[in-house]
Amino acid sequence: MRARARIGLFVGVGLALAVALAVVVAPRASTEPDGLERVALDHGFADRAEDHALAASPTADYGVAGVGHDGLAIGLAGVVGIAVTFAVVAGGLAVLRRASRRSA
Amino acid sequence: MHAPDGFIDGPTSVALGLVAAGGVGVALRRAGQVLDDRQIPLAGLTSAFVFAGQMVAFPVAGGTSGHLLGGVLAAVLVGPWLGAVCVTVVVVVQALLFADGGLTALGLNVATMALVPALVGGPAFSGLRRLLPRGPSGVVTASGLAAGGAVVLSALAFTAAYAVGGTGTAPLAGVAAGMVGVHVLIGIGEGVITGLTVGAVLAARPDLVWGARHLAPGPAPAGAGATA
Repeated sequence: MRARARIGLFVGVGLALAVALAVVVAPRASTEPDGLERVALDHGFADRAEDHALAASPTADYGVAGVGHDGLAIGLAGVVGIAVTFAVVAGGLAVLRRASRRSA
Repeated sequence: MHAPDGFIDGPTSVALGLVAAGGVGVALRRAGQVLDDRQIPLAGLTSAFVFAGQMVAFPVAGGTSGHLLGGVLAAVLVGPWLGAVCVTVVVVVQALLFADGGLTALGLNVATMALVPALVGGPAFSGLRRLLPRGPSGVVTASGLAAGGAVVLSALAFTAAYAVGGTGTAPLAGVAAGMVGVHVLIGIGEGVITGLTVGAVLAARPDLVWGARHLAPGPAPAGAGATA
């Protein structure tokens, strides 16, 4: 069980680093168009982009709605994304694992 | 490289949705066959870290930015099949929660940003790793090279979708050259970030790195037997 505890520590430190990236670095990240947007602009198909169906979502465009401070809004959105991706992957795999054990 | 709705026409988007769903289904099944309990939290961390890494856009030439795609990073850490699943979850969460990447473009985006990098870049890593000196530096170098190449492959995958169902009227050759040109630069960033991250994990816990399982002494580590 010691190995398991040490994996817990590793995962905890890793998640803390991910949160630090989202809270400290992401608000200072470049806001220039990305590679695909640049090509779309240069080659005249950027205007084909349609509005996102979920553009009104409370975390749209990596900012939590209603948070006055831009950096904080981005950081909080990052924490939401980190929590959701971790939970979906780890939770989903745990369910898959249990199901495959039961059928085995 | 998150395509919005509208860049690719409806029929092509539907076809890519089916391709992506099939690919993710295969990846999930293959990942499940070799899944070790230890890999469950590691896969969660991999997905969360790729999500956070993708928020950090870095500037490249000419008023353009790039960010980590993370498919090769995920493949090196947890294996290509599970890595593809991890990045797929990132792309789906980005579309559903953060309005990043169109809903009709979800199949395209999963294909270009999760499946191509993990399932083509992952095996490319394995091939390069065998050509390089055995040891952590070989793993780091192979990770970085495969990650950089995978970004260009992703750009070509988008270009292929544009060739089949692009709604723009720009000639294909120009779009292809533009996509490859800018993504070579972004790929350099991807390679550096991937190499540094793999190096850091190797320094801390080499036994947890799928791509370095050949270095582990003793019993087979998590995910051994997973083939690319």
